[in-house]
Amino acid sequence: MPRLMSPMDLEQMRLQRSAHSRLDQPRICICSGTGCLANKSGECAQAMATELEKQGLSDKVELRRTGCYGFCERGPVVVVEPDNVCYLDVSPKDVVEIIETTVRKHEVIERLLYKDQDGSRVRSLDEIPFYRYQTRLLLHANTQIDPTSITDYISIGGYRALAKALTEMKPQEIVDEIKAANLRGRGGGGFPAGVKWETTRKAAGEEKYVIVNGDEGDPGAYMDRSLLEGNPHSILEGLIIGAYAVGAHQGFVYVRQEYPLAVENTMKAIEQAREYGLLGKNILGSHFDFDVAIHRGAGAFVSGESSALMNAIEGHVGEPRPKYVHTSVKGLWDKPTNLNNVETWANVPLIIERGAAWFQSLGTKNSKGTKVFSLTGKVRNSGLVEVPMGMTLRDIVDKIGGGMHPGRTLKAVQTGGPSGGFIPESMLDIKVDFDELWEAGSMMGSGGMIVMDDETCMVDTTRFYVDFLAHESCGQCVPCREGLRQMLKILNRMSEGHGREGDIELLEELCDLLADASLCALGSSAPFPVRSAFKHFRHEFETHIREKCCPALVCKELIHYEIDAAKCTGCLICKRECPTEAIFGAAKTPSKIDQARCTKCGNCQVVCPAKFGAVIKVAGAASETNAAFIGGQAS
Amino acid sequence: MKTITLQIDGKPVVVAEGMTVLDAARSAGIEIPTLCDSKEIKPAGACRMCMVEVTKGTRKRLVASCVYPVEEGIQVVTENDRIVKNRKLIVELLWPSWTALGKSMGVTSSRFEPGLSECSLCGLCVRYCTQVAKKNVVYFRGRGIDRHLAFVPGSENECSSCRQCHNLCSGGWIVTHQGTVEAD
Repeated sequence: MPRLMSPMDLEQMRLQRSAHSRLDQPRICICSGTGCLANKSGECAQAMATELEKQGLSDKVELRRTGCYGFCERGPVVVVEPDNVCYLDVSPKDVVEIIETTVRKHEVIERLLYKDQDGSRVRSLDEIPFYRYQTRLLLHANTQIDPTSITDYISIGGYRALAKALTEMKPQEIVDEIKAANLRGRGGGGFPAGVKWETTRKAAGEEKYVIVNGDEGDPGAYMDRSLLEGNPHSILEGLIIGAYAVGAHQGFVYVRQEYPLAVENTMKAIEQAREYGLLGKNILGSHFDFDVAIHRGAGAFVSGESSALMNAIEGHVGEPRPKYVHTSVKGLWDKPTNLNNVETWANVPLIIERGAAWFQSLGTKNSKGTKVFSLTGKVRNSGLVEVPMGMTLRDIVDKIGGGMHPGRTLKAVQTGGPSGGFIPESMLDIKVDFDELWEAGSMMGSGGMIVMDDETCMVDTTRFYVDFLAHESCGQCVPCREGLRQMLKILNRMSEGHGREGDIELLEELCDLLADASLCALGSSAPFPVRSAFKHFRHEFETHIREKCCPALVCKELIHYEIDAAKCTGCLICKRECPTEAIFGAAKTPSKIDQARCTKCGNCQVVCPAKFGAVIKVAGAASETNAAFIGGQAS
Repeated sequence: MKTITLQIDGKPVVVAEGMTVLDAARSAGIEIPTLCDSKEIKPAGACRMCMVEVTKGTRKRLVASCVYPVEEGIQVVTENDRIVKNRKLIVELLWPSWTALGKSMGVTSSRFEPGLSECSLCGLCVRYCTQVAKKNVVYFRGRGIDRHLAFVPGSENECSSCRQCHNLCSGGWIVTHQGTVEAD
């Protein structure tokens, strides 16, 4: 194994490797991120390998299993080079045709291309609207390299920033560069990374640590997973540079056990980096020693809090510490510890290589660079997107996300994870910017972005977030544990039609207590979803309490299903599919629902053929007389 | 040993470095209510009853005095409207574990439905068992609103021979349940 002894060795290897993997060489790239693997990209890749072998093309066409492309909804994603053709929704049965038509004859298979809303087909990945409006500084490499190959990473200039840092820069210069770039923490708080680095660097003591926080726990968010899976070396490179800057010789990557591929690829990356002399003693001949260990998280949202995460690495329960001294001064084993989020670390090599001025040129006044978001919810194109700071939420939803599904209107965009807030449609022109989102009553968070349409009930959604936090709180302190318990009870009774006058005010009182008196940031930020829902959608809570009505027709206790006799043809599909036998009626006559038996699962509405649309949701619980009457008739 | 001068409720207090604001206040004869604090056990900052307002430079915030270390020149307010409001709400949330303390603050009932159990999960018994008795018999199981007290399986006998935590139990809850903490 070639141990790289100097920056020169690294450069030589890069030149050698990049000659091997020029883009004009025939190559099939197939996304092997978790999303695409779940959609059988593993089987596709296997079928491709077999077919290439069969056709005698194994030596001529490279098959590259890359990291996540981000367009997970349409995966598996396959890109065929040198023709730069992008195929979506590829299945194993398409493999032979792709090789016959595109690899051999350089012709395009129309049906596998992206189909725009106007019906036109789009040939290359960069032209697909989902990608066209993104700025993929961090995610681009995911699609270029095999994440399990260190030489792939080196071939695209990987570890060059490390070589520069170790040979051309002093530790303080690195800290200054990160400060000048104004890189702010991507994990949620948005604290300037350079300031944190400086605190750890200047803190007393010889023994210091650096940590990658990969305890990504927001529901539906997978920015960090995608980076750890798709480009683990970029994170390691950032970490080694950070360690050199603050004076640490041991680092940890805290990654969730629920991310098996991220764990596997990061472990491989660490082993390879050791083999190549990029970790361990005397890195690249610089006399700097540094090594990394992986800590697999046991699965608690609260362990992403820095002091809780350090407790977990030390072998204690992953609960936050009740301390008022920063972890950058007194962290892991009470030693100065610099902890940054996965995405923050991944930005470091870019800043070191291209300079703070370049990074400063991207984004808004106080938010620089790009941000990766998990764009999910009721939007046409969902997936992982990377946008420059300063892009408006409306552009993200409309241009990248392709807008709403037909017939639906946008109600709100939720950012910042479970302790974030709702941005209503009227405020959608605000920019992706730490301060602007904060002022709007939400936060950047680690990058969750959930689009909600007019069929979303804000009481139910708020209840969902409070339920999540109530169960994911560590439960140490009274305001967070008992406060969230009561908040959940109140929201539950509201959505069940038992809300009382004064409940909104009681929730507000509890919000104040949590914000004021909680032990850690989970508790103090838990009021965010509630407060922002009150701010923008207070009327929905009032309607639930006063009229016992759910305007969005979501809260089960406040709606019932009916069959429109004018539209029902008596096809009896719903009767057959009803799990509780609540539907009765004879063929070719309109069916009816026995409200006493109905559990409101909604299955009848799903199975009723769209051309009839006879099953409707109706506001208000079924009246008792009505239920009894129909029930009587049924039996 | 280095001393620190701070102000508590307008009164200058001089204490040794490394002390907490709670201990500093006590040394000056100023009472701050606590639920999860006990002399022989390390503070946990869990009940949040002891929260006070600390002004440091231009920054003013609420902190748990049992874990906040004294700092030169800080100003501490142990009682104001915001603090009292929070304390009352905490008692209400733990109702009926702390009726006596509640009554001293003018809280006579709670607007909330009862929680999981009467145990306030202050953790005094757990911390005593771990730190002082060093038996590690009782512990917290589950997290968030599912957090509850439990025995380490197979350790019940060891527990009954000690019983030191009974006197500590902040709600008198262990005693009222015939000498056992809640076990699954």
